[in-house]
Amino acid sequence: MKRFTHFTLAAALVVVVALPVLVTAQAAKPAPRPAAAAAKNWTQPRTPWGDPDLHGTWNNATSTPLQRPGGVAGKEVLTTDDDVSEFAAGLAYDLTRDRRDGGAQVDVNRAYNEHWMDPKRLEITADRRTSLIIDPPDGRIPPLVPLTREREQRKAARDAATRRFNDGLPASYFDGGMPMRCIIRTDRPPYLPIIYNNTFQIFQSPGYVVINVEMIHSARIIPVDGRPHIGKSMNQWLGDSRGRWEGNTLVVETTNFRPDDGVVYGDADPETFKLTERFTRVNEKTINYTFTVEDPRTWTRPWTAMIPWNKTDDLLFEYACHEDNYDMVHLLSGARAREKEAAAKREPK
Amino acid sequence: MRDRFFGVPSVVGFAAAVAIFGLAALSDAGQGPAQFPSYRAPRTADGHPDLNGVWQAFTTANWDIQDHEAQAGPHTELMGAYSAEPAGQGIVVGNEIPYQPWALAKKKENFAKRLTADLSRDDTWHETGDPEFKCYMPGVPRATYMPFPFQIVQGPGDILIAYEYASTTRTIRMNFNGEAPVDAWMGWSRGRWEGDTLVVDVTGLRAETWFDRTGNFHSDALHVVERYTPLSPYHLQYEATIEDPKVFTKPWKMSLTLYRRMEKNVQLLEFKCVPFTEDLLFGPFSKVSK
Repeated sequence: MKRFTHFTLAAALVVVVALPVLVTAQAAKPAPRPAAAAAKNWTQPRTPWGDPDLHGTWNNATSTPLQRPGGVAGKEVLTTDDDVSEFAAGLAYDLTRDRRDGGAQVDVNRAYNEHWMDPKRLEITADRRTSLIIDPPDGRIPPLVPLTREREQRKAARDAATRRFNDGLPASYFDGGMPMRCIIRTDRPPYLPIIYNNTFQIFQSPGYVVINVEMIHSARIIPVDGRPHIGKSMNQWLGDSRGRWEGNTLVVETTNFRPDDGVVYGDADPETFKLTERFTRVNEKTINYTFTVEDPRTWTRPWTAMIPWNKTDDLLFEYACHEDNYDMVHLLSGARAREKEAAAKREPK
Repeated sequence: MRDRFFGVPSVVGFAAAVAIFGLAALSDAGQGPAQFPSYRAPRTADGHPDLNGVWQAFTTANWDIQDHEAQAGPHTELMGAYSAEPAGQGIVVGNEIPYQPWALAKKKENFAKRLTADLSRDDTWHETGDPEFKCYMPGVPRATYMPFPFQIVQGPGDILIAYEYASTTRTIRMNFNGEAPVDAWMGWSRGRWEGDTLVVDVTGLRAETWFDRTGNFHSDALHVVERYTPLSPYHLQYEATIEDPKVFTKPWKMSLTLYRRMEKNVQLLEFKCVPFTEDLLFGPFSKVSK
């Protein structure tokens, strides 16, 4: 049967999506927040024990970028059908898809990714926003805080590892980073759409909301019974989540992230990083998911993104990553072979 | 207990005597549900027994599902008693596993190579080594009796079982008709209620999982029917019928008790074991490890 080990290119994409890029500050007029009000003539369904009912399977794929592109600066929401078509077409073109204009190797890579592309990844959000970021109003990640010397060194080491990996010369399994090692992928909050496997199944029981993320098969169990976090000395790859209901909104705060490289979103400092997620069901078919991240050691101000989750009839399948991680061995063996070849060239017999 | 013993005065007398001395539980040890008075579980809104909670098996079956004496583990020169495996009474009903002759030989070979991982060739990748040793998903029913808790999340719709080991999960699809669409390590689970029992039919299981560390195994034809029956607010009776015509001469059964974890703050923690195996699995292909 088909194994789910198609992540060579996708892993690189995950890294790109997961890392904030340094941006130049833009002048932009304050934008109103997109409407997130509940639909008229629709009543929030409740579980038998009275919590807002979020259960079901949801997909968060969209082509709307996290940050507003320069071409639509100042336009937080598009108003005409023509603008929407043009924006969506441009975004779809820029994804790594089959388009036969990059030369043989690039074309093959793109065609490979095309096969895995979630078609919902080609549509902008229904509310026609030009960025997932809703605060700051310019739709951009706020300027970064200069790193301390120690974090600068860690970043340099990480960048060197990524370069080795991209050059086909990973020294060890560490160079592939978290996704390639199948430790965490899109199961680490906050949740951003990527090329595929954008599916989440929410389960609820009295005192719990559980989010089963397709990639990598981890269930994020969120107690909503008011209990405190686990002890400060215990850290986890996915952190430790606690939820509460504010009206019909599930508010989740996650702490106790491990300090390993690549675990905390945006390479923020786990000591000062704060993540707050909000899940609000706004109609039968949509949950508005917002997340706010703050870390005074990483960003000059907190920022917030909103991503609609759309109800789907699709099924979640098991994403067995580590079990058939043939690519890890292939990549490492390839690197050793290249090194051997290079050494033989340097020292001719 | 009451029904069986009524009308046999000498036994009633004995039962009363042991009860006085607090030994009543011993008189029926090992006989499963019979040791509990009949029990009707609290109901969820849809009228089915409420199985929500964090549960755990307390057996040594992950080492060996059959009866076993205490024995030394691997590398006693390094590990001493740390690696020893405790004795345990098996969870196989009748203790015998009806292997076909070739399969019994294969089981012994599995055991001999349980600590051998060789990833150098794709086509023999999964041939040796206990999947647990390599941090692979444990399959069904092994996930149930590994020495880790698991949580049943039963609300509206499907039921989720989340296991602490390897952050494995499994969706019990209620009233799902049709075959498993794809093979998976944790299989494809279809649930239904039979009175107070949640019956889960599991197919689409990958051939590579084992039943325990001694190499008890199956093929891709494995079909498991699990039965979860509440015995008390704190206990579930778990039964699994194992059917695999490629490996066994007839179906056989496992039976064990699951215990509710009662700690007020109990929650599944992470046992993401990939980092514990990378040196073993990928170290041979790395220039530097760690």
